[in-house]
Amino acid sequence: MNTTILLFLIQDGITNGAIYALLGLALVLVFAVTRVILIPQGEFVTYGALTYASLASGQMPGTAKLALAMGIVAFVFDLFAGRKALHGRLILRTFLANIVLPGIVLAVTLYFAGQKPPVAISMALSLVIVALIGVSLYRIVFQPLAHTSVLVLLIASVGVHLALQGLGLLFFGAEGQRGPAVLSTAFTLGALRFTGQSITVYGITIAFIVGLWLFFGFTRYGKALRATAVNRLGARLAGIRTSLSGQIAFLLASVIGALSGILIVPITTLYYDSGFLIGLKGFVAAIIGGLVSYPLTAIAALFVGIVEAFSSFYASNYKEVIVFMLLIPVLLLRSLAAPAVEEEKD
Amino acid sequence: MTDRLPILVFALLMAAIPFIPGMPPFWIVLLDNIGLAALVAMGLVLLTGVGGLTSFGQAAFVGFGAYTTAVLSTTYGLSPWLTLPLSLLVSGLLAVLLGLVTVRLSGHYLPLGTLAWGLGLFYLFSKLEFLGRNDGISAIPPLSIGTFKMLSPGSIYYAIWVAVIVSALLTMNLLDSRTGRAIRALRRGHVAAEAFGVQTPRAKLLVFIHAAVLAGLSGWLYAHLQRAVNPTPFGAQAGIEYLFIAVVGGAGYVWGGVLGAAIVVVLKEVLQSYLPLILPGSGQVETIVFGIMLVALLQLAPGGVWPWLMSFLPERSGGRKPDTSLTLPARVRAPAEASVLLQVEKARKQFGGVIAVNNVSFDVQAREIVALIGPNGAGKSTTFNLITGVLSATSGSISVLGKKVDKAPPQEIVKLGISRTFQHVKLVPDMTVLENVAIGAHLRGHSGPIASMLRLDRADEARLLAEAARQIERVGLGEQMHQLAGSLSLGQQRIVEIARALCVDPMLLLLDEPAAGLRHMEKQQLAKLLRELRDGGMSVLLVEHDMGFVMNLADRIVVLDFGTKIAEGTPATIKTNPEVIKAYLGVAA
Repeated sequence: MNTTILLFLIQDGITNGAIYALLGLALVLVFAVTRVILIPQGEFVTYGALTYASLASGQMPGTAKLALAMGIVAFVFDLFAGRKALHGRLILRTFLANIVLPGIVLAVTLYFAGQKPPVAISMALSLVIVALIGVSLYRIVFQPLAHTSVLVLLIASVGVHLALQGLGLLFFGAEGQRGPAVLSTAFTLGALRFTGQSITVYGITIAFIVGLWLFFGFTRYGKALRATAVNRLGARLAGIRTSLSGQIAFLLASVIGALSGILIVPITTLYYDSGFLIGLKGFVAAIIGGLVSYPLTAIAALFVGIVEAFSSFYASNYKEVIVFMLLIPVLLLRSLAAPAVEEEKD
Repeated sequence: MTDRLPILVFALLMAAIPFIPGMPPFWIVLLDNIGLAALVAMGLVLLTGVGGLTSFGQAAFVGFGAYTTAVLSTTYGLSPWLTLPLSLLVSGLLAVLLGLVTVRLSGHYLPLGTLAWGLGLFYLFSKLEFLGRNDGISAIPPLSIGTFKMLSPGSIYYAIWVAVIVSALLTMNLLDSRTGRAIRALRRGHVAAEAFGVQTPRAKLLVFIHAAVLAGLSGWLYAHLQRAVNPTPFGAQAGIEYLFIAVVGGAGYVWGGVLGAAIVVVLKEVLQSYLPLILPGSGQVETIVFGIMLVALLQLAPGGVWPWLMSFLPERSGGRKPDTSLTLPARVRAPAEASVLLQVEKARKQFGGVIAVNNVSFDVQAREIVALIGPNGAGKSTTFNLITGVLSATSGSISVLGKKVDKAPPQEIVKLGISRTFQHVKLVPDMTVLENVAIGAHLRGHSGPIASMLRLDRADEARLLAEAARQIERVGLGEQMHQLAGSLSLGQQRIVEIARALCVDPMLLLLDEPAAGLRHMEKQQLAKLLRELRDGGMSVLLVEHDMGFVMNLADRIVVLDFGTKIAEGTPATIKTNPEVIKAYLGVAA
């Protein structure tokens, strides 16, 4: 094998792997806090990417309207849930968060939509829009189901995936899109060319891993989230609002998803349904990491990315087969290493 | 338990449908599709709803069934009837392979694992040359009997629905049997089932194979209905949809699978044909509505539609009381039962730095009631877990009838005649008291899954249920025999656990806080029962906090504190032992 090809494949694998790592981290985070296996993570990716690409090409992304629509539903849910003790402050707070905020975002998006805003503004708007969708999603779908089994949450998660993917087709059409690079500089080091985009990918992934570590290790909210993950009831008794923990988890996951999308859409063309597969590869990494360990997930994600790069070079037909089948030996090792004696309660 | 009349009516109804004059052929196509989906969903009911193993990968097994017959009947020209067993065999064998890996995964790994291999296999179908890659295989011969070829959807209709009804009957038979009870106990965790000799990995593999074979059957029928196969219907989306069908119908009920299939297939059809009229727009509006309805359904009726419908039927008066004149042969006992049944010698258990049990030694003699007492956290339940093989000791030895059992799994311990109850009740709440107690007799029956499906197990089954009923009456819960275990009070559930343990025909009974949650009279009855058992030749080792109960009952008491034995003796000596008083009251007497 040629060393240049080898290096090139590794570089390619690491770039993809970094994205899978981000998604894997988000999946682990959401699962740990809410027990939801977040299949729609892939939709956060495509929504972020395609909103960004649409804005950059001067189109109006439908996701901004969806954010407001979901905010209205969330508002109704909040009022209904609090119907026994409605008071002015509660109504005002949920009104501001669920209707005024998405309303403002929609107005800003409408303002910028026609005039091809600078990259930074498109990026910020896309992130905010997807974050709003993510938080409302938790409020509408998962908060009412928070007491149910992992299986019920998983199926609900699948339902959300189907609905969001269908909406994606409605918003963005069947055509694929590419967006402008976040950083357009590039430099060469030996035989390898590093684009500003790939450097950004590495930088942001590392920043997120460190950030999550700091957040969970040293902040009050981070610790509250961890407490929720270990024992919901115990956390509630200790005064932690578990629904808030869930919203924070979904907020982080949707921001991470959207950011991943924005980072890859300049590198590869994304379609409304591309997110599912990308998200699933993040899953593979998250499963290898055991759905609990952040560093292990990140390493596994890099591994998945590299395996994918090599298999697409040597056996491009079997790329997906190899990546997903990779899981079986991993699962086998996990089963042999830890014959689980835990008791499932439902 | 199964009432056959409604099934017969249903079968006749399904048989009559094609003869209804003016029946649109398209409806028959829909019914074919419902039948195909119902077969897969039925497997999932057993796997997911009953056994607690969620699989997103069932579509891949449908694919194995379909592709096996497609390849064999086109390339090799085999008769479709010959490929039927082969299709089932291929699905079954691959289920063994994938299952060996998958069923060992706990909780959420399992669904994710199945999702991953489901996807991998889908891509494999679409890449392999001999499976026709993305184009698949066409010109598959139709099913035929003599010269009659099942070319139309109307003619294969009967093949599909005979398969559905026969599979439903076999599956229900399986659930209502010795093996079925073991499967139904899986969802609540391993420990209780294993304590009565159930080989849980084997039971899980069994349901996995059962579900895969049903999916393979559906695939085989699908291939001969469409007479062409391609990878699309065997992808992740389809796998998700099958699970959805099972949950919509009611994941714990065989007929829920059929009902769910009907609801989903019809709903999809309606959405596909009418939504574009209401909401003109590009493409997948029906997917959006479908997804939203799924979430709404879960929020409103998380149990599924079948149990919701059943709740409208009048309550059926409980089952028949088993014929208690039938008896099981007694458990094979050691030739001469020694005087020392259980010998614990310097048993030690460390969890990291914590020493839960610190070199504890004691024994239990024949015909003796020994109580293990001590403050909370003294290591009593851990000692129980060491004896019954749930945990293995860090050092020291445990012998039963002079034979070392340090490394033996729970299934082996119970074979030696040691049975137990649990501090935190481990019953299956949605099974009746009778069924729960019958799990205790698991090792005293012998019928396997195939015999159960074919109802060849009835004589064996009647004896098991008779034994269970006898033990329930012995502990005084005869009135509650046909109630769901979950509906009993906590105290009664503890008594049910004792009945279950008695079904083992044990020589030594281990009871973990049996009197907790009992009223005064009930405690007295329990004490009377335990004395009777002792006088009948059984020994009892019990952990209990109620000192009045213990002091009046036990022949000998062992006191633990912080994992260490601090005293042993008759109730009278223990009562006055200064160490014991110090441990309980915290001050020197």
